[in-house]
Amino acid sequence: MSHALDMLQAQAGTPFGRRLKRGLLAHPGLARLGVVILLFGVWELAARFLVDKMFLSPPSSVFSQIHTVFQTPGVIAALRITAWELAVAFAISVAIGLVVGLAVGLHRFSNRSFMPIVLLLYGIPQITILPLFILYFGIGPASKIAFGVSHGIFPIIVTVVAGVQNIKPILLTSAKSMGASRRQIFRWVIFPHMVPSFFAGMRLGMTGVLLGVLLAELYVSTAGIGYFTTLFTQSFNPTKLLGLISVLAIMAMGLNEIVRRAELRYSRWRTD
Amino acid sequence: MTVRSKRDWNRLASRAVQAAFVIVLVGLWYLGTTRWRISPILLPNPVMVWHELKDILSTGEYIADLRITLTELAIAFSRSSTAGIALGYLISRSRYSIRVFEPLLAGMYSVPIILFLPLYILFFGLGPASKIAIGATISFFPIVLNTIAGFGYVDRIFILSARSMGASDYQLFRWVLLPAAFPVILTGLRIGFTIALLSILGSETIASLAGLGHRIVHLAEGMDTARMFAYIAFVVAIALFLNITTSTLAARGRR
Repeated sequence: MSHALDMLQAQAGTPFGRRLKRGLLAHPGLARLGVVILLFGVWELAARFLVDKMFLSPPSSVFSQIHTVFQTPGVIAALRITAWELAVAFAISVAIGLVVGLAVGLHRFSNRSFMPIVLLLYGIPQITILPLFILYFGIGPASKIAFGVSHGIFPIIVTVVAGVQNIKPILLTSAKSMGASRRQIFRWVIFPHMVPSFFAGMRLGMTGVLLGVLLAELYVSTAGIGYFTTLFTQSFNPTKLLGLISVLAIMAMGLNEIVRRAELRYSRWRTD
Repeated sequence: MTVRSKRDWNRLASRAVQAAFVIVLVGLWYLGTTRWRISPILLPNPVMVWHELKDILSTGEYIADLRITLTELAIAFSRSSTAGIALGYLISRSRYSIRVFEPLLAGMYSVPIILFLPLYILFFGLGPASKIAIGATISFFPIVLNTIAGFGYVDRIFILSARSMGASDYQLFRWVLLPAAFPVILTGLRIGFTIALLSILGSETIASLAGLGHRIVHLAEGMDTARMFAYIAFVVAIALFLNITTSTLAARGRR
């Protein structure tokens, strides 16, 4: 009897099991999805049976209740404000970072003089001066933008300088010997070589801007998302808190993905 | 003028420019507070800040806060490095698990994890536990990713030749994998240490009961700006010292 059952199981189970295994081996993405589902399952079980409802809610109720987050008065405006802060901070970081990076990087002397200062400032834990930003720029969006810029600007400067500096001297020499003017050298030699590292800098700058703006939002906020994370934390509403955090995480991932795609696209010419 | 002396002269000029930059900055700061009457609440006099700094250092009132922050940092970093290296090594053992887990971890790392701070405070409270947890979480990712990169992308020719010369598992690990992976792991540990420090200071600034970040916020809220500047200078000096120490250690270990 048991022998027959084993036979039956072997007949039914093995081909399927083998096919599943082969499928997983051929597509790591599938296994990755499985891991994600497993993690969500653990979260669901933990929230349902192990942890107090005041502190954690299961993913099923977070995602089914996500509309209540948007229905909370002010949340949509807060998300809009945060998105605006991110956009403005990023634009300012890119503009200043590019100008300063070119000014520092294009001349050997200015590079050697000012690069150590830039690196020193980059090495300072800017979070310690967050209270100063609030003191100078108030508790509104201006301080978030300024703090975001302070985080976003340095990676852009450093990568722009690196991009300008890493051009092979032979390219500059040959351009010069063929009679290129300074402007022509900049336009046709330095600029194309700078583009990939500029986009790499924009990607790092976006990470910095996200960090800076979110830190400042969490620190003090009257209308932005920081206000609502504090509100949901203090009123022990993990469902809404997790919903809001997920929305922000998706927003951050979207922004990161945009700059990453741009980097891949515009640095292609060098690898082709 | 010889090439050598010209280079020396150039270096001297760079140093002079740097010194001038700092002097002009401090000069403007001094003039701004004395001549142009910027409110001392916004910008305290540099001399006053210097006296406050001396006071902080001589009375030793920083010791309690410094101890809390450094303890949090030590616990968070030891947890994240243990977990990161162990998990990274396990994942790196097969090409398949690298392909499954690495994009997942890299994707999580691209989310600003500081977003989860309110959640951590909800779980672990306002005390040191939430700082340790957030510091450990944030620094875990660069460590695990670098460990995977270090162990996972050792040139196969090295492994094959060691195997064909009859190396045991232990010998392969000790003499091939570890030397190849060690510099990359050190880089991960250095990055992890730096961002653990940053996130602990950050979470202390945002919501806490004690620690250096808390002290700065406390002084800011009391409008005691001169003392706050002194504390900021103190914390920046400590952070730079720690970062330089870890970079030096990492650079030495890499050789």
